[in-house]
Amino acid sequence: MTLRLSRRAALRATGALVVTVAAAPGEAPAQPAGAGAPLSPLPPPGRLASYVAVHADGTATAFFGKIDGGQGLDVAIAQIVAEELDLPPARVRVVMGDTARTVNQGGASNASGVSQGAVPLRNAAAEARLMLVEMAAARLGVPPGALRVEDGTVSVAADPARRVTYEELIGDRRLDAELRWNGRYGNDLNVEGRARPKPIADYKVVGTAVPRRDIAEKVFARHAYVTDIRLPGMLHARMLRPPVAGARPVAVDEAPLRAIPGARAVWKEGFLAVAAPREWDAIRAAAALKVTWSEAAPPFPEQAALYDHIRNAPATKRGVPLQEGDAPAAIAGAARVVAAEYEWPFHSHSSMGPGCAVADVRPEGVRIWTGSQKPHAVRDGVAKFLGVPPETVHAVWVTGPGSYGRNDAGDTPFDAAFLSRELGAPVRVQYTRHEGHGWDTKSPASVQRVRAGLDAEGRVVGITFESKAFSRTNIATSEADPRDSLASQVLGGGLNPQDTYLFPGDFVPTEPYAFPARLMAWETIPPLLDRASPLRTSHLRDPLGPELIFAAESFVDELAAATGADPVEFRLRHLREERDIAVLRAITERAGWEPRPAGPRGAPGDRARGRGVSLARRDGTVVGLVAEVEVDRGSGAIRVRRMVVGQDCGLIINPDGLRRCVENALIYGTSRALREEVTFDRNNVTSVDWATYPILDVAEAPEAVEVVLINRPDIRPTGAGEPAVRTAGAAIANAVFDATGVRLRRGPFTPERVRAALAGA
Amino acid sequence: MATRITFRVDGKDETVTVDPDMPLLYALRDDLGLDNPRFGCGLAQCGACTVHLDGVPTRSCVTPTSAAEGRAVTTLAGLGTPERPHPVQQAYIDEQVPQCGYCINGWIMTAAAFLRDNRDPSEAQIREALTGLKCRCGTHMAILRAVKRAASLA
Repeated sequence: MTLRLSRRAALRATGALVVTVAAAPGEAPAQPAGAGAPLSPLPPPGRLASYVAVHADGTATAFFGKIDGGQGLDVAIAQIVAEELDLPPARVRVVMGDTARTVNQGGASNASGVSQGAVPLRNAAAEARLMLVEMAAARLGVPPGALRVEDGTVSVAADPARRVTYEELIGDRRLDAELRWNGRYGNDLNVEGRARPKPIADYKVVGTAVPRRDIAEKVFARHAYVTDIRLPGMLHARMLRPPVAGARPVAVDEAPLRAIPGARAVWKEGFLAVAAPREWDAIRAAAALKVTWSEAAPPFPEQAALYDHIRNAPATKRGVPLQEGDAPAAIAGAARVVAAEYEWPFHSHSSMGPGCAVADVRPEGVRIWTGSQKPHAVRDGVAKFLGVPPETVHAVWVTGPGSYGRNDAGDTPFDAAFLSRELGAPVRVQYTRHEGHGWDTKSPASVQRVRAGLDAEGRVVGITFESKAFSRTNIATSEADPRDSLASQVLGGGLNPQDTYLFPGDFVPTEPYAFPARLMAWETIPPLLDRASPLRTSHLRDPLGPELIFAAESFVDELAAATGADPVEFRLRHLREERDIAVLRAITERAGWEPRPAGPRGAPGDRARGRGVSLARRDGTVVGLVAEVEVDRGSGAIRVRRMVVGQDCGLIINPDGLRRCVENALIYGTSRALREEVTFDRNNVTSVDWATYPILDVAEAPEAVEVVLINRPDIRPTGAGEPAVRTAGAAIANAVFDATGVRLRRGPFTPERVRAALAGA
Repeated sequence: MATRITFRVDGKDETVTVDPDMPLLYALRDDLGLDNPRFGCGLAQCGACTVHLDGVPTRSCVTPTSAAEGRAVTTLAGLGTPERPHPVQQAYIDEQVPQCGYCINGWIMTAAAFLRDNRDPSEAQIREALTGLKCRCGTHMAILRAVKRAASLA
């Protein structure tokens, strides 16, 4: 059925509604055809149709300007949009991360997918429902307030036989309206219309377990990844990296490439790549090319001197995010001082597959297929890099091989774009494993110095917490500025230096505790190499969380031990907020925590068992962990027997998805605490594959993980996918102390390090 | 020197003319357009490229294509279908295991062969069978649940 309202009728029926006839309400192909297709106009941020479409078949599409990295964020978005539209969630599709079809909502960032990203979609969906109800009111001749909506059917509440479906209301028209846009792009983008979103008490879909959409596709090998994009005439490329970080090619002998069909090298400044029509030939060409590299001074200290380097390096910047009272004076006058330093290494993203991107640079426009979690930033960055207007660049996000922050997926689009322009053909760049580990961005190495004063009764009178570290962002966390790309840096481009160790969000170490005087401060030090560095830093899953909470929650444990208190009771004595207390109580009750001071009990045997706890906040989320471990005194191996993790991230959208999200974040954090450390020598990073950068093996996975969720329907949802990462280090180290009486103050807790600590005790 | 190499893939006879030393992974992906075996490391360290070669889990990223001559290759796509899922695939869905999913060839193909030969494995045996495979999203616990579930389905 085709229904056409005049513009006047539409305005009468729905106020600001503008009804336009849609040429085709269906979907454009998810992967745009390769060459020459005109770029579609960008979706305007202040329009309803940029966020939500209701189709003639009674389904809807949500246009989401972020992406789902496999946490089921698209399902949560479908639930939220379905809730407002009163549709079953199965009838809501979600389009993500295509710059021609979604507004720039900042991509995946800071676990903000639901907490911020869902808000404009919720508001737009609420507006769409209001418009549909008003259209139904006009059609049925009753006031809107007399109508109810269920599963996309609008009926008269008092006479349900009088009804009209969304399908009938929409016909072949396109629902659109002006919305109030807050003028922001990225995480903070929001729009509002006339409609008020549903009260949470009325939720039917939000809060229920809805299965993921991508899983069956992935399990039956029908899900496309960015690595699978192929274009006609596409060349495969591989990059070449210097053996000494900072070195540049000074001579390149292409003669060996003559034996490889279609192979050629592209060399400009420090940018060196090979390309060939066949992938295997590109790989062979990379091995065959003869390159003479410049003599570069070794840029790095010996790894054994890393923490001394950090301690001794000049501070470039200092921040004091929290100062309450005069903590140094309080400590100076205290009856007793407890002090400790905690060290944390560089970590690598080491994504499951190395970075990959496909670029097709043509005079009429540029197309980029990227696994970057911020495709809009890729569009803007590549446009600047190539010197073309951003509206002529179309970036399409396609599932990447895992991404938890600004990983190597953020560098490949620039390499691919540069090569495509140079070679006049579509180019697919895939990094090697060596690059995925060795040349990705790293999370910063750091030293945390913590001191507290206790009075004669063992009460804390003041605490200082001082981090000294490499900046958390030698390069920016998005790709919007090309100076942050490896390609730009090896091409000799200027840097975009950022220098901060800013404690994120509302989180400062020891924040939940009511200590009478506190000083929380950080200092950054210069990068070891000022460009194209394999130790350049940027954001990795839960930036700064693992190192700061390892230090803070280990230290709180040390205070408890110093005062002879049970670690949970000590914490409860100092906690102020009911949500912190509730999480701590929930996990310790589930774990069957019996109060007693931490420390080894009984005769020391080969295997010592212990338990430890940690508690943290992250941007409004509260998370806590009880870890039970067994330490093999002979080998130094830590076996994690049981983990009970609790999380309160406000209103729960999808309990099943959340449970897995928390569990996976915890395993990720456990891997970093037990196994992960970037190694390097004076020339370069030496942890360049899974053998040299071990992560938690399935054989080492905890024997049991229990997830305790606390639902807070009255509190807006906050980040879910990162907080548990930060809990693992301290809870495990505290459990090792409980088992052995030995404190681990440097990550990761490898068997060698534990053995050494036990020997030194 | 490019050589004609014939083998069966997911029940279908295929012939490629390639450098015989080229890893099978590239023959499957680039010559036959089968995307499901994935490049993860090229070093046989992660498992993302795993296929069955005559039923044996094999890292196709380090296996020369010539080694497949006359043999049967099974990829994840050939293990089961939505209509006839392999028990490990069904268990992966039931347990909602993968996040990014890039690693799952290794886990599913290895687990499928393991369960074929071990009908009632202990958890310790499952862990040992899967050791060395990589998952960077941290889905370890869900993988173990799924393989245990598959053992009960098989």
